[in-house]
Amino acid sequence: MKIVYMDNNATTRVDPEVVEAMLPYFSESYGNPSSMHVLGAKAGKAVMEAREKVAELLNAHPEEIVFTSCGTESDNAAIRGMLEARPDKRHFVTTRVEHPAVWNQVPYLRQKGYRVTELRVDREGRLDLEELRSALTDDTALVSIMFANNETGVVFPIKEIGEIVKSRGIPFHTDAVQAVGKVPVDLKELPVDLLTMSGHKIYAPKGIGVLYVRKGTRISPFMIGGHQERGRRGGTENVPYIVGLGKAAELVRENLSEEMARLKSLRDKLEEGIVKTIPNVLVNGKGAPRVPNTLSCCFEYVEGESLLLMLSDLGICASSGSACTSGSLEPSHVLRAMGVPYTAAHGSIRFSLGRFNTEEDVAYVLDHLPRIVGRLRDISPFWQKRAMG
Amino acid sequence: MWNYSEKVMDHFRNPRNVGVIEDADGVGEVGSMACGDALTLYIKVDPTGRITDAKFQTFGCASAIASSSALTEMIIGKTVDEAMRITNRDIAEYLGGLPEEKMHCSVMGREALLAAIANYRGQTRESLASPLVCECFGVTQEEIERAIKENHLTTREQVTHYTKAGGGCGKCHEKIEEILRAMSQEKAPMPHGPMRRLTNLQKIKLIEETIERYIRPELQKDGGDLELVDVEENTVMVSLRGLCTGCPSAGVTIKGIEERLKEMVSEELVVREVE
Repeated sequence: MKIVYMDNNATTRVDPEVVEAMLPYFSESYGNPSSMHVLGAKAGKAVMEAREKVAELLNAHPEEIVFTSCGTESDNAAIRGMLEARPDKRHFVTTRVEHPAVWNQVPYLRQKGYRVTELRVDREGRLDLEELRSALTDDTALVSIMFANNETGVVFPIKEIGEIVKSRGIPFHTDAVQAVGKVPVDLKELPVDLLTMSGHKIYAPKGIGVLYVRKGTRISPFMIGGHQERGRRGGTENVPYIVGLGKAAELVRENLSEEMARLKSLRDKLEEGIVKTIPNVLVNGKGAPRVPNTLSCCFEYVEGESLLLMLSDLGICASSGSACTSGSLEPSHVLRAMGVPYTAAHGSIRFSLGRFNTEEDVAYVLDHLPRIVGRLRDISPFWQKRAMG
Repeated sequence: MWNYSEKVMDHFRNPRNVGVIEDADGVGEVGSMACGDALTLYIKVDPTGRITDAKFQTFGCASAIASSSALTEMIIGKTVDEAMRITNRDIAEYLGGLPEEKMHCSVMGREALLAAIANYRGQTRESLASPLVCECFGVTQEEIERAIKENHLTTREQVTHYTKAGGGCGKCHEKIEEILRAMSQEKAPMPHGPMRRLTNLQKIKLIEETIERYIRPELQKDGGDLELVDVEENTVMVSLRGLCTGCPSAGVTIKGIEERLKEMVSEELVVREVE
């Protein structure tokens, strides 16, 4: 079956060059980087080089890169580690549109007695920086605000946010899982103390992530164990995956600006095509800056899961913020926070493009989507009623 | 990704009886776009009370569309009285089962059917008079009670999976727990509860009775049957007959039989299929 994969914000195909770079570290150079012998040395050197490549991509120092198992671990390590390091501060600031790895910490922290401020977003998914300014207090332990939204692709002004937060002397964490590889992330420029990134969103495998910890930032270790990662994350290094992430970081850095332009052109073509050929479509976050690969739209009068399954029958892979796909009964918290009406949110679809998408892929989706939406609208009791007025 | 049965996917991909009956004798509308699913069911009834045609329009996920489509197939040709007896379980079973989180789709089908029949009979539905429990999804006490009774629900999570009630803001969780408590007390005096120690003889008799009264009629509806072969300690050995023989979902059927026997006879029973 032909596959058109447009779910790159969920995960990406591992780049063949990444796979190739990883392979020797499974079966030939399989040593433990801590070991005092030739295989240990090889593994240690590979980890060091990968750390340098990741640091280069982020314009950071290699010692600021901590390898973890995934983005969720990095978010947990950042938030829990920072709160533990500042036990006298009992206030946490985040937003209503965070990824569950941060968002689901909120009820947990409240239960632990923290006061939590969840910043609002407007209809386009933008923050009000005045609200942020007035939320900060002397009791604020940490601010955690995502770089780019996984569902809508909306990019927050991290530099401005960081300046506001740092001017109050408060540590700042950003979940940049959906930003790294899609927009420039320069940690010399950005006043960020802690940053989360994930391997499998940038063509490395699942199971490897990074927590960037700016030099001088005091944070309690989340995973206590051996001396690995300078005591900030115990556990034997996942050498092949770290090597893979290093290679993936190198590939991203080499092509970032061309790739951004290429993805934007494909995304815009897809967006324009959809809006032109299908009535009653809302594009989420259209009025805000967005990463170049993401298109989130709501097809009114149809339900997202049905749409996804019909697309899937044609080999088109996308995702939805509809309630049904997750097994919850409420649509995506991100779209709800933006004030997208429930009636539209149930019909939301996210197309997220990536390195391996082509013009033909976009044409293929545009060839089939109008018919599928039309078919589901014909089944829907509301479409005709709407047409009748 | 949901694990939908082939039959669900077939009814989703090729829904039967989509559309509107302009001169329908009964129309049932349930759900809303804000809730994420909605179904309008149209029925045509002949003077003898037999449903001669049914059509539907559905907004919702794959299992909502499939449940609606299955429902129309199930009711065409039945009398209104016969159709009244179709439960949401029947709809789910007709489709080869639904994921538990999606059972509310079959309940929506059942509710639309009751609404269409009430409309045909010129009645207002009692459920409209029943107090609203879940404001987020507009679910009444009567609807919740019916789902609990027909599906033997015991937890609040199950009630949410089957009716959506409690799946939004959560304010009605306490009320749902109350309904569950009240109904479990009502059920208590039932003679067949798995509450006492049974002698072997009593146990076998009760197993036979449960098969006769509850299990066999269900299987026969689908052209199947079963034979009780033996009972050894807590292992009940049965043999499937008729259309059940070699049916790909025989495993599901055996599981269903086991659940029913556990509920009616003893928690400890295990059902095994033998030749």
